[in-house]
Amino acid sequence: MAKVVFDEERCKGCELCVAFCPRNLLVMAERFNSKGYHPATIVNPEECNACTYCARMCPEVAIEVYR
Amino acid sequence: MGEKVLMKGNEAIAEAAILAGCRYFFGYPITPQNEIPEYMSRRMPEVGGVFLQAESEVAGSNMVYGAACAGARVMTTSSSPGISLMQEAISYTAGAELPCVLVNIVRGGPGLGGIQGSQADYFQATKGGGHGDYKLIVLAPASVQELMDLTITAFDLADVYRNPVMILGDAILGQMMEPVIPGKREDLDLPPKTWATTGAKNRPKNVITSLILDPAKLEQHNLNLKEKYEKIARNEVRYRTYMAEDSETLIVAYGTCARIAQAAIDMARERGLRVGLFRPITLWPFPYDALRQTAEDSLRVLTVEMSLGQMVEDVRLAILGTKPVHFYGRTGGMTPTPREILNEIERIVEEGI
Amino acid sequence: MRKVFGRPEAMADVPMHYCPGCTHGIIHRLIAEVIDELGVREKTVGISPVGCAVLAYDYFNCDFVEASHGRAPAVATGIKRTLPDSVVFCYQGDGDLASIGMAEIVHAATRGEKITVIFVNNAIYGMTGGQMAPTTLPGQRTTTSPRGRDVEGAGHPIRVAELLSTLSGVAYISRVSVTGPTNVIKAKRAVRRAFETQIEGKGFSLVEFLSTCPINWGMSPLEAMKWVDEKMSLYYPLGDYTQVQEVAGNA
Repeated sequence: MAKVVFDEERCKGCELCVAFCPRNLLVMAERFNSKGYHPATIVNPEECNACTYCARMCPEVAIEVYR
Repeated sequence: MGEKVLMKGNEAIAEAAILAGCRYFFGYPITPQNEIPEYMSRRMPEVGGVFLQAESEVAGSNMVYGAACAGARVMTTSSSPGISLMQEAISYTAGAELPCVLVNIVRGGPGLGGIQGSQADYFQATKGGGHGDYKLIVLAPASVQELMDLTITAFDLADVYRNPVMILGDAILGQMMEPVIPGKREDLDLPPKTWATTGAKNRPKNVITSLILDPAKLEQHNLNLKEKYEKIARNEVRYRTYMAEDSETLIVAYGTCARIAQAAIDMARERGLRVGLFRPITLWPFPYDALRQTAEDSLRVLTVEMSLGQMVEDVRLAILGTKPVHFYGRTGGMTPTPREILNEIERIVEEGI
Repeated sequence: MRKVFGRPEAMADVPMHYCPGCTHGIIHRLIAEVIDELGVREKTVGISPVGCAVLAYDYFNCDFVEASHGRAPAVATGIKRTLPDSVVFCYQGDGDLASIGMAEIVHAATRGEKITVIFVNNAIYGMTGGQMAPTTLPGQRTTTSPRGRDVEGAGHPIRVAELLSTLSGVAYISRVSVTGPTNVIKAKRAVRRAFETQIEGKGFSLVEFLSTCPINWGMSPLEAMKWVDEKMSLYYPLGDYTQVQEVAGNA
């Protein structure tokens, strides 16, 4: 079981996590956070294997990974 | 009463720092104060302290800033051009409210200038030098004994008020040799430096900075500094007088010029002229009130400096136009003689100005 | 389920002011992870620069000191000489370290000061709006080299890792990037080795990070990472620059 949790308020929409997820599971959401950024989010969480690549690339430390 | 030792002024400063518990010295060679880093390079290891010759005065003054952040009693010394290089670090040190002792063995300027004694760094020491609203406590010794005693006092003042303190000497004081009784550090029971960056163990982190981007907060910080400076001005003014009580002509001079003026005063008194001396020891806080009171019954004031006239502006502020304030000076490293000063006294007395 | 990745304890739980996609955040996190792993948070003192990272002291949970522009290695020297058992690190950008601070970094390195310097090289002056830096590449456009850096007038960029590696007293120097998870993991290893070098009392350590500045380079964060991989690392090759001096007379 794997889970990634996005702190949507910290996200600045840089899209690095989207680019580096090896399974292309991440997208930028349609919604905005209070700063006006589209936060990153996971589309199919059941496919995630907690590789932590997204979290390692996030400059805001906005992603937590659970296994 | 300790044993008298014959010491060179520069060496007395260095030994005084050691006696005051200073264990960290970062400096750079520059004439005419090289005896100080040289003495420290020998002496600091003897007392388990740190001597480091920095790559420049810029670096040295920043090493002082760092050591002060870490809670050390720390000193640097230099001469006029090197003190110019330190101004940014001095402003940061004052803005971050850090204690340290700075020593300027003033030489002729401006620019590379000369290596003889001068008093032309008074403005730099007392009116800024560095940017922003800050003050240094500035002490002006006039003998090797005072170099010793006031350097020890400087470390205490720095710790009590969390402010840099400057000893303003000159090449003559630095090079002269006089008998000195080694001073002793006062037992002041100072509080521990809980603000220092010693590592956030069992306490929240300490951050030492002078950066305050919010102007309202920066203004408040400046107002807090102002309150501190007013407290220092109330409590730490130091000065001496010589034959001032009945003087018609009051000379105002500090450091080397005060000694020369004293000789001129003795000569003048022999000639029946009522001359006295007011000698500021704290150039900041300047003894405005004490000078005004001392000069109350005098007819005139004569300021003598080794410069084009810097302290004389503070003298004029003290006197507030109530009587003439004259100026006599030599500059570029030239030293006035007692005879020159006497001539000037006789001239202004004769002309009734 | 247990947490396998999150904010290190040495990093403060506050939003950071850096631009979207700026690699400062990644680099801060790597330092904090290493501080946590080595268990040295309570004796670490960081020194922040003048540059985008001027507020770094808000982002770490350890004692911090603000230094004036370029002087962090001198401030670090003052702190480390006063507290020899502390772990002292400087965090500097390319203007801070390689322009105004060149004397301080060279002398701290040659003295073998037991400090760790994290050098964030993004080939531009970020905070002040994108001026040329000592590490700006030939031909690179900045606000003070609008026609591209002309080496005739402006000189050549400085390779800091190589430059400092000639100095005895340097115990560890490495150049890394954070342009992808593999590089991030390698970079962290370098940071850890640098801190260990200090703790083991071996001498001066520095990690040069090839870093991005998407806003001032005029690129997206991902394009900026590609520019580091494809252009910047050609001029500044990644790798270990620690040199064992063979020349006679060197310690």
